Amino acid sequence: MDRYECNGCSYVYDESRGDIHNGYPAGTLFSALPDDWCCPDCAVREKPDFVKLEETAA
Amino acid sequence: MMTQTLVTETPAAWKDGKRGLWMMGVLWPALPLISAALALSTGMGLFWWLTPVVIYGVLPLLDRLVGEDRVNAPESAVAALENDRYYRLATFLFIPVQYICVIGGAWLAVSGGLPALDILGLAVSVGLVSGAGINTAHELGHKRENLERWLARITLAPAMYGHFYVEHNRGHHVRVATPEDPASSRLGESFYAFWPRSVWGSLTSAWHLEKVRLERQGKSVWNWRNDNLQSWAMTLVLFGGLALWLGPIVLPFLIFQGFIGFSLLEVVNYLEHYGLVRQKEASGRYERCKPEHSWNSNHTVTNLMLYHLQRHSDHHANPMRRYQALRHFEQAPQLPSGYAGMIVVAMIPPLWRSLMDKRVLAHYQGDVTRANIHPPVREKILAKYGAAQPQTLEA
Repeated sequence: MDRYECNGCSYVYDESRGDIHNGYPAGTLFSALPDDWCCPDCAVREKPDFVKLEETAA
Repeated sequence: MMTQTLVTETPAAWKDGKRGLWMMGVLWPALPLISAALALSTGMGLFWWLTPVVIYGVLPLLDRLVGEDRVNAPESAVAALENDRYYRLATFLFIPVQYICVIGGAWLAVSGGLPALDILGLAVSVGLVSGAGINTAHELGHKRENLERWLARITLAPAMYGHFYVEHNRGHHVRVATPEDPASSRLGESFYAFWPRSVWGSLTSAWHLEKVRLERQGKSVWNWRNDNLQSWAMTLVLFGGLALWLGPIVLPFLIFQGFIGFSLLEVVNYLEHYGLVRQKEASGRYERCKPEHSWNSNHTVTNLMLYHLQRHSDHHANPMRRYQALRHFEQAPQLPSGYAGMIVVAMIPPLWRSLMDKRVLAHYQGDVTRANIHPPVREKILAKYGAAQPQTLEA
């Protein structure tokens, strides 16, 4: 499970949590989000703008 | 006049010169209370019209006298500025005063024994407060914190515009300054053509957004989790409660002031993106929203009354910034006055066109084809500004 960050407002899409409010259940892969998906917080940055976060050691 | 040079201050010990003045936002919902106190104590009916006179007359004058403020907080001071809870308090305090105004206004209209003309003045005044409430809700509704998001919806209820909470963030911000956005006005479109397009388009878009969201959750749109239904229910509870207390006779007053309220929002919508458009990139996506895609105004007095709403260029480029941290950008197109003056101009279409069309044209270096043109008058506009497209001529 990966995490992807909005390069504008720092919202993080966490695949393990999904975005339940917007109808993307926990476990929804970033790649499975629609192509026209945009940042649910700022709505300025779109799917291609998101940056995959490097996982830090737990 | 204040200095009009761009000032970006040094970070060390930076102080927000406007900090104390942000409480002026609470003055707006207090206006009808002041006007009622003056009218009732002097017996002069004219005082019922004080609120529209201040908003449409005094504020534009003060904007002219006080001028502009282009100061930006240094980036190093922004985190502290955003975390200073005082600024949140300045928006929260609007809400109790707003509700005193709506409830007190409804009571006075029904039980005050006032002549019809005075009630009309009172209804317009309360409506202008409900409209300003949409502005306060706008600031609160953009935040991640639940308290602010709930307060946003409570603040929207008197203007009957609960769906703004859905449509503004997820509809308008996504499509801003594109022909697809009902709330972005087009070059050559009058306010009176824009009003029905924006009111209806925003309502249907909000409904659609919630329908799609709930369907993804496997739920019907007719579900109590529908944010539109929840927000409209707040209006029903407020209006229904007042009708139970004061009788159904209060409903025309409430609906009329709500109409004035959301119409104030719509006239403000009208001036925020007039004629501006994001160009389509080769990928088929619209270019990212930049400061150039919203009209900006640095007029100090209306900015203080509206929690920096007029720093609109930065707001759309960076919607998560709190109002106190919004910046002025040199490349953003500038309105000739603050919103208070510009809404009066917008209500007089020939005056608006003569003042604003040339500014849209100048913004696009004379190339009118780069503007968002109202389709019904497209040919007329292209002919007028000497930019008839080759393919149009060949046709």
